[in-house]
Amino acid sequence: MDFPILTTMMLVPLAAAIACLFAGQASRVIALGATLVTFGLGVMLWANYDIGGAQWQFQEKYELVAGFSYALGIDGIALMLIMLSVFLMPICILASWDSIKKRIGEYMAAFLFMEVLMIGTFAAQDLFLFYIFFEAGLIPMYLIIGVWGGDNRIYASYKFFLYTLIGSVLMLIAMFWMVSEAGTSDIPTLMQYDFPGGAQTWLWLAFFASFAVKVPMWPFHTWLPDAHVQAPTAGSVILAGVLLKLGGYGFIRFSLPMFPEASADFAWFVFILSMIAVIYTSLVALVQADMKKLIAYSSVAHMAIVTVGLFAFNVQGLEGAMIVMLSHGLVSGALFLCVGVIYDRLHTREIERYGGLSINMPYYALFFLLFTMASIGLPGTSGFVGEFLSLAGIYQTSSLVALVSTTGIILGAAYMLYLYRRVAFGDQKNADAAAMKDITAREWIMMTPIAAVVLWMGVYPESFLAPMRADIAALDAQLAAAAPASDAALASGEPLSEAANAMEFEGHDGEGQH
Amino acid sequence: MLDFPSSFALITPELILIGTGLVLLLVAAWVGDKAARAVTIVAASALFVAGLFTIPGLHLGVDGPDSYAFGTLLKVDSFALFSKALIYLAGIGALVVAPAFFNGPAASSERGLRAEYPVLILFATVGMSIMVSASDFMTLYMGLELNSLAAYVLAAILRKDERSTEAGLKYFVLGALASGILLYGMSLLYGFTGGTDFASVRAGLEGELSTGQLFGLIFVMAGLAFKISAVPFHMWTPDVYEGAPTPVTLFFATAPKVAAVALTARVVFEVFGGQVQAWQQIVMFTALASIVFGALGAIGQDNLKRLLAYSSINNVGFILLGLAVATPAGASSMLVYLFIYVVMSLGSFTALLLLRGEDGNLFETFGDIAGLAVTRPAIAWALLVFMFSLAGIPPLLGFYSKFVVFQAVVDADLVVFAAIAIAASVIGAFYYIKFVKVMFFDEPAGVATGKAETSHWVLLGICAVIVSPLGYLLTGSLTDLTNKAASSLFLAI
Repeated sequence: MDFPILTTMMLVPLAAAIACLFAGQASRVIALGATLVTFGLGVMLWANYDIGGAQWQFQEKYELVAGFSYALGIDGIALMLIMLSVFLMPICILASWDSIKKRIGEYMAAFLFMEVLMIGTFAAQDLFLFYIFFEAGLIPMYLIIGVWGGDNRIYASYKFFLYTLIGSVLMLIAMFWMVSEAGTSDIPTLMQYDFPGGAQTWLWLAFFASFAVKVPMWPFHTWLPDAHVQAPTAGSVILAGVLLKLGGYGFIRFSLPMFPEASADFAWFVFILSMIAVIYTSLVALVQADMKKLIAYSSVAHMAIVTVGLFAFNVQGLEGAMIVMLSHGLVSGALFLCVGVIYDRLHTREIERYGGLSINMPYYALFFLLFTMASIGLPGTSGFVGEFLSLAGIYQTSSLVALVSTTGIILGAAYMLYLYRRVAFGDQKNADAAAMKDITAREWIMMTPIAAVVLWMGVYPESFLAPMRADIAALDAQLAAAAPASDAALASGEPLSEAANAMEFEGHDGEGQH
Repeated sequence: MLDFPSSFALITPELILIGTGLVLLLVAAWVGDKAARAVTIVAASALFVAGLFTIPGLHLGVDGPDSYAFGTLLKVDSFALFSKALIYLAGIGALVVAPAFFNGPAASSERGLRAEYPVLILFATVGMSIMVSASDFMTLYMGLELNSLAAYVLAAILRKDERSTEAGLKYFVLGALASGILLYGMSLLYGFTGGTDFASVRAGLEGELSTGQLFGLIFVMAGLAFKISAVPFHMWTPDVYEGAPTPVTLFFATAPKVAAVALTARVVFEVFGGQVQAWQQIVMFTALASIVFGALGAIGQDNLKRLLAYSSINNVGFILLGLAVATPAGASSMLVYLFIYVVMSLGSFTALLLLRGEDGNLFETFGDIAGLAVTRPAIAWALLVFMFSLAGIPPLLGFYSKFVVFQAVVDADLVVFAAIAIAASVIGAFYYIKFVKVMFFDEPAGVATGKAETSHWVLLGICAVIVSPLGYLLTGSLTDLTNKAASSLFLAI
């Protein structure tokens, strides 16, 4: 057997987490070291991933007696999401370097546990193992929000916990049914299993309950603004960056391949919720006075583009959804970091308290501008690639949905530019805001890598699409039979009897006869 | 013809316990409370030795005619052995935590640990041993009453404490009522079937149930439901749990639950095994009602012991859910749940016993444990593990216990019940995470003082390790044992 790299990637942060619990102040260094090592392992994972090779790579499998197996393995989709997680993690640790003062060891331990669970969720190849990792993430996140969060943290932590739990327990029941029906809990096998049509509907709904809360889709999104606003900066980064992606990952890994017919039946249900989300949350974002809340609502809008792309039932839509997920993970994470940077200085997230930051914090304003543009989807940034592909995909299925979703993008530009204008441009209204220092070396180190990847993904998305291509093509082939009717596809009408530019032939006995 | 040598061989653990109990009773009478500590240690050792005698049988799996003792009075099969082992473990736990509590400042108005305490625990354990291996309604009732009488006294053992006395009295009055109901049910069954041993009652119940038989069944079920504190016969639980001294509460929450659940399982399968339809709906209703009421009732509680009482009602619901499935897998999952539940309860109560305020009194309310993560981090983390585990959040072992039960329920095509139960478990999660919230998110209230004995820490540590994800390593042998136990239960069907 080869080197068990996935297990190692989980063991490193796990060991570090336990060490952090006892390390006190030294835990910062331990956590940073461990996350960097994990990131290094992640880079190795990507480098050794054989694009175009077997669908499932780096497989590890040990039978557990507990009724399921410890089976890990990744395809291109999981690889990209694992990369996103391990990439954001060291940045989160850096973001909490100075701002977290109390109980630092426990804080770092919670983040490292989070990392273990996120890698585990994306790499799990056993249905129940997936559920364990998926659900276990509640514990550290509950603590992160509740212990180190803002003033209203207790309400937010309860809401986060209970909302997410009620969604996922229904999924658990569905999983039991699937395993008892199919006789295996192996995910690759289940992806090929043909569940009976009537049951698919119920199973799809049970899984939807879980993933729709996680994504979150309108109207199940209300936990998100609370959780985001109250969580510490790094907590928001992980929430927006990775945890929301669990929902999208769930759709692409479970709902679509396992219940294609039900997915097709419910496609319009998803479209309608997504259309409402895109318009409604964008409008809500427009009137927010709190920066984090604004970005939180923008997350809901962006994730709606993901669900629209996923249920477009074509390659472009699926690829676009994946790129939007990756891009949103980076960009919204970076935006939360930007908020964190000024929050650490002024301890308020109120937009009105800032203004004219481009004067005293020019580098900060530059980064902020880049991420704002990426969020809007400016060509050249990662946001453009994802949104373009998603919308191109959905246009083939329904031009109406494409129209509404595009409106959301325009509204997105409105609220993001409006935010940027109020924070970075204009007068320096408050002396304390005007006296803030530009970003420090630590903050440079946090921002630069994200900025680089955002541009990389915007200019040459092929690097990110290539590993996923085969998997998405396979999924598309599986879905093709169930795909809903398309209103924008080329229709073959009555063939014309003559060429379109044919002219009436006159004078049969004219010049033709020599 | 009774075969005495083999019968006595089968009940060796009970003989050891009865013998030790009687000797220790004399010691307690002659030497007095000076010997309390030594008596406790001897009693715990006796339980341990008795537990050792269950191991060979557990390992090999005993069932069939070989497991009958004294004709058909007792049936010492794998199922009985598994339950006994669990009961003895819980008994040891209740003995280990006792000296520090009774000798501590909380019980200062009393004269410290009384030598009767370990003796009563021993007799209660013997009673439970007989309960789980009963295969005749007479032995069943003997075991039940031996256990109950000891338990009434235990609840009231702090004689000068009003709440303890009240708990004892309440337990006694309601317990006597339940015993009466049970006895009435048994007499009806005897009258309508002509036998008291399980096999002949079962034979008498063949075919359509007559009204009298049905009433007998219902009265028996009601009496048993009281003993396991399942809704709608649960209302004594919070009061007794709150009033009884904490080591006794720890005992009540574990050993008698195991015994009563095991007894119920044996009665429904071996006596009413042919009438699954008749009792399944009763048990299913009781299970779901316990889950829902246990979850809802706990929400408003401020007293930690009351909260854990509701939590035990809630957990009993899940255990009964496994029983209501009426399949070997369901019975096996029920036993897995029982084991994990016992470990979680032992752990949570031990943690509570470690927490004393400055005045030496045990912490009792949420206000007391506020900010515990700062003042006593080790205990707070242990409690966090137990609470998330009770809530059934993976990767803790409490998830596994719910996992097996729900798997059995869904496999038996009772998906709707599974959905109701699991939705109620989310309500239950609310107060478990409230526990965590108070300990971790709130500002520290008081300083927890009080030194505890090493034995507490050892017990807490063992429970925490079993409940942690490392506990999954145990699940293999656990499932093996519970499968054997469940299959011996289903031999009769």
